[in-house]
Amino acid sequence: MSSAATTIKTEMPERSQSRIWKKLKGNKSAALGFILVLFFVGIAILAPVLPIADPAGTSWSAIRQAPSAAYWLGTDELGRDILSRMIWGAQASLLAGVVSVAIAVLIGVPFGLIAGYFGGWLDGIISRATDALLATPFLILAIALAAFLGPSLTNAMIAIGLSAMPIFVRLTRGQVLSVKTEDYVEGARAIGLSHTLIIVRYILPNVFAPILVQATLAIATAIIAEASLSFLGLGQQPPAPSWGSMLNVAKNFLSQAPWMAMWPGAAIFLVVLGFNLLGDGLRDALDPREN
Amino acid sequence: MYSYIGRRILITIPTLVLVSIFIFTLQKLLPGDPILVLAGEERDPEVIAFLREKYRLNEPIPIQYFYWVSAVLQGDFGISLRTNQPVLELIKEKLPVTIQLAVMAMIIAMVIGIPAGIISAIKKGTMIDYVANVVALSGLSIPNFWLGIMLILLVSVNLGWLPASGYRPLFEDPIKSIETMIMPAFVLGTALAATLMRHTRSAMLGVLKADYVRTARAKGLYESVVVLKHAFRNALLPIVTLSALLFGELLAGAVLTEQIFTIPGFGKLIVDAVFNRDYAVVQGVVLCTAVGFILMNLLADIAYLFLNPRLRDQV
Repeated sequence: MSSAATTIKTEMPERSQSRIWKKLKGNKSAALGFILVLFFVGIAILAPVLPIADPAGTSWSAIRQAPSAAYWLGTDELGRDILSRMIWGAQASLLAGVVSVAIAVLIGVPFGLIAGYFGGWLDGIISRATDALLATPFLILAIALAAFLGPSLTNAMIAIGLSAMPIFVRLTRGQVLSVKTEDYVEGARAIGLSHTLIIVRYILPNVFAPILVQATLAIATAIIAEASLSFLGLGQQPPAPSWGSMLNVAKNFLSQAPWMAMWPGAAIFLVVLGFNLLGDGLRDALDPREN
Repeated sequence: MYSYIGRRILITIPTLVLVSIFIFTLQKLLPGDPILVLAGEERDPEVIAFLREKYRLNEPIPIQYFYWVSAVLQGDFGISLRTNQPVLELIKEKLPVTIQLAVMAMIIAMVIGIPAGIISAIKKGTMIDYVANVVALSGLSIPNFWLGIMLILLVSVNLGWLPASGYRPLFEDPIKSIETMIMPAFVLGTALAATLMRHTRSAMLGVLKADYVRTARAKGLYESVVVLKHAFRNALLPIVTLSALLFGELLAGAVLTEQIFTIPGFGKLIVDAVFNRDYAVVQGVVLCTAVGFILMNLLADIAYLFLNPRLRDQV
């Protein structure tokens, strides 16, 4: 019985996987999102080997130079090359997006699995604690946590991750509640599998899709949150480049050097748009009603 | 129905207690000993002992929490280290500014988001729908502090139409007040307009398929009557509740918007407090925001019950 069930479970996802992939490939918006994300990930990874200026290298003879052949995106108030700072800034933004969402998923999903699977008083405590954390607006919670932890990129990532975590608890719990009454879970229980094995082997794979969609969209939110914290001076600290901190400085030179503000904001917009388009596409492709 | 409202209010209490524990814990996690700061450079052991006694820091943590909650319930949120003013007074002073900004932003969001959502749903699959969706997604992806900076560059620096910063109370000089607030409200409203547009579209698409809409069309009613009177009225319910839930987003967005436009509101209060390590103010603002958000959630649930007669029969 167990092997038959396994055969069914392994064949079905393969068929639906190819259907999901086909649907995702056919979605032009998702493809555009994927290209945008790939582009920014590519430049972030290649930053150390690209032939660009030192992002922290100041030049007193090139202060606030407009975009030109020598400085494609211009220079900042200390004569640093904006293009180089943008490319290195992509590392900070993407790292913050991915790490903070990883923190949120790694803490939130296990709590959601426990709350949904075991129910009872454990569910009560976890759910009320989640409600309490969700009661504070995301950015205000992140600002408060970053303030208490101290300003740095690592602390900003922890603050954003902890602030995003309750959404994953609630989402996973809800998904587990609908999956745990399925026949294959009842079957697994009937043959005496341990709770851990049931959760890892039968429940987690079946609640994975909505978590993946939420994680993709959460990366977009986390990138904006990191930029917001860096803009406020609570994230990446100078002289290390970050799009948010570049905007923070740029707002003081709007009339003299508007290009300083244009590029970092445009980069945040494009990478966030990329993750949002990809997340929307994934949601459509993974939605059983759409399939 | 009233028993449901009672139950719903009761459920709010443990959430409020947990929020207060969480905010109290934040203070306890703070690195360093605040008493050493208060004791000054000499750090006289007798003074330190006196201060510990005065602030009840020798008591066990749960007892300290109890004293803190009792004070908060009596409106004592502590004293601002920077201004020496009671935190509650500061909050009372700054909150109306942010409420004005939030209300103006919400009006802008509704004026843009709801009609765009209706049109997008009616024209589903057309170029108009596609453009509306792209604009909405862009609205959600633009960091509002960047949009603010770009608007200052265009409208204030280049065109000189509106002031880039400053604030005038509404009742002191209404025209000047709206002049200074319209740009920040637009910045704050655009992201909400995008959210509202997407929800309105989704709600309208669900309602437009309903039998009563088909019946209304079959009766030969004008399309505008079908859409506005029969479909939109029913789609409005989730939108009204969503608007209440967007309160949290408004407050979070206000933090950055107030920073860019130098508006002396609630958001600027928390940022200034963070940089001045004025933790009593940070705690007070976070607590007020959380309580406000919980109450808005509660009101949204109750409003939904009043607006939807079918739900009233179920609970």
